[in-house]
Amino acid sequence: MSVDIATVKRVARLSRLAVSDEDAQRMVGELNVILGFVEQLDEVDVSGVEPMTSVIAMDMKKRADVVTDGDKAADIVANAPASEEGFFLVPKVVE
Amino acid sequence: MTIVDTRTPDPKRFIPGATGDWEVVIGMEVHAQVTSKSKLFSGASTEFGKAPNANVSLVDAAMPGMLPVINEECVKQAVRTGLGLKAQINKRSIFDRKNYFYPDLPQGYQISQFKDPIVGEGKIVISVGPDRKGEFEDIEIGIERLHLEQDAGKSMHDQHPTMSYVDLNRSGVALMEIVSKPDLRSSDEAKAYLTKLRTILRYLGTCDGNMDEGSMRADVNVSVRKPGGDFGTRCEIKNVNSIRFVGQSIEYEARRQIAILEEGGSIDQETRLFDPGKGETRSMRSKEDAHDYRYFPDPDLLPLEFDDAFIEELAAHLPELPDDKKARLIETVGLSVYDASILVSDKAIADYFERAAKGRDGKLVANWVINDLLGALNKAGQSIEETPVSPDQLGGIVDLIKAEVISGKIAKDLFEIVWNEGGDPAAIVEERGMKQVTDTGAIEKAVDEIIAANPDQVEKAKAKPSLAGWFVGQVMKATGGKANPQAVNALVKAKLGLED
Repeated sequence: MSVDIATVKRVARLSRLAVSDEDAQRMVGELNVILGFVEQLDEVDVSGVEPMTSVIAMDMKKRADVVTDGDKAADIVANAPASEEGFFLVPKVVE
Repeated sequence: MTIVDTRTPDPKRFIPGATGDWEVVIGMEVHAQVTSKSKLFSGASTEFGKAPNANVSLVDAAMPGMLPVINEECVKQAVRTGLGLKAQINKRSIFDRKNYFYPDLPQGYQISQFKDPIVGEGKIVISVGPDRKGEFEDIEIGIERLHLEQDAGKSMHDQHPTMSYVDLNRSGVALMEIVSKPDLRSSDEAKAYLTKLRTILRYLGTCDGNMDEGSMRADVNVSVRKPGGDFGTRCEIKNVNSIRFVGQSIEYEARRQIAILEEGGSIDQETRLFDPGKGETRSMRSKEDAHDYRYFPDPDLLPLEFDDAFIEELAAHLPELPDDKKARLIETVGLSVYDASILVSDKAIADYFERAAKGRDGKLVANWVINDLLGALNKAGQSIEETPVSPDQLGGIVDLIKAEVISGKIAKDLFEIVWNEGGDPAAIVEERGMKQVTDTGAIEKAVDEIIAANPDQVEKAKAKPSLAGWFVGQVMKATGGKANPQAVNALVKAKLGLED
């Protein structure tokens, strides 16, 4: 598997990253080196092996259904470039 | 995924076009908000209607370094729902990241379940009708899966000329996405499906089903085809927020697609929005990236695992479901299918009925609930929760009828008094002298008086026995409706010398 410049630009766009044509061209090479390495790993037969989700076997931690957080709208929007009456303000996005 | 067509084309459901009949094929994805106090992965409240960003933790705002910890109650609710849908419960499921970019999604991804959902295949039996013969048709609709996921925040676009407002109170609230198989074949079936699903969720207590508050929303997949042909290309109508709109959007969308196909065109697979004001669906722009979600397992979360004991414990405490309740009301209480269907359609009505019917004649109570109570509530525009007549009061009225203290006619008056003024039915009957006269002597006296006063009618009645009814009416009138109608009827016939 390898990527071309169109794929690199598409992934950048999906991630909302501004990538110049020049950078994109460079990334095609970098990404293909990474993908080549992954392809090498593909040589190992892992059929029937479950993906490892944790280094040591453990159960997922769970919480009780209790309200323990919230009521800090001012903190939540503190770093926002723009806010009003507790709302975040963002450039208009409407379908 | 291979789609299996479980239905036989039925001309009743066809939509006529210029080139012959068409069949609509519908599948639904319903987002149901899980009933829980706190969010799926944070301790912030899920309460509706709070000040902007008041129900937001740093986890929900996706601040760097914050990690999700799952709410066990949400897991239980999903399993309960799966059990209620007679579905496969998966003891091991995986959370994935669904990546997309939108201001009300601070993480840049939604934590959802993709390949390994918590609940697999199940079913819902819907009831469509009544048809012209007054009959209902039961149809089994397949459930493909149910998975847990986070809700996004809310954007408002009409508050400011150039900016959108974002409130993250909903962000991270647990949703169940319930996906049906493409088994629905008409807008009526789709509406019945959503109604039934909502009823089941309400019985289970796993979602309040309140569509006005956005607790339940449906994405509706619609395609058309020639009856029995290959499945057509589908369009997805997003976020329809009422059962009526689901019906309208399907009707519109099916006709739109038929018109395109009949003109020789083809359907673009796309996402559309329903505009309730215009009653039409329209294409959503910026769709080219819409389906590239680049799912991958969320590295912050281990697989969700539980054992059989966990499922059995939840199954043991599952409430009675509408279909089971309906069957019980028909078999043990002796109600008609129609009456039982009405009573179980809304859990609050079913609860009311069962309280009022406890230790009483279930059929008589059912009549009073359906004809009198629901009729009066409907007329007053009130819901069962707002009823001025409590189950105990209605039961009291029925007791008085059964004990022959009052006649059925007086009972209607009594119901109205209780509805308007409240109070104990038995005490009202006592105070206002509404008791039925069962004293034969007193009734006989009244019958004699009417007969003596109307010799002409007596003659006519002897020739035409059906006129006895006139005498019964007169006696009832003379006694203020309080005479026992059966006793009056018997006496009138005896006095007039008529055979029964």
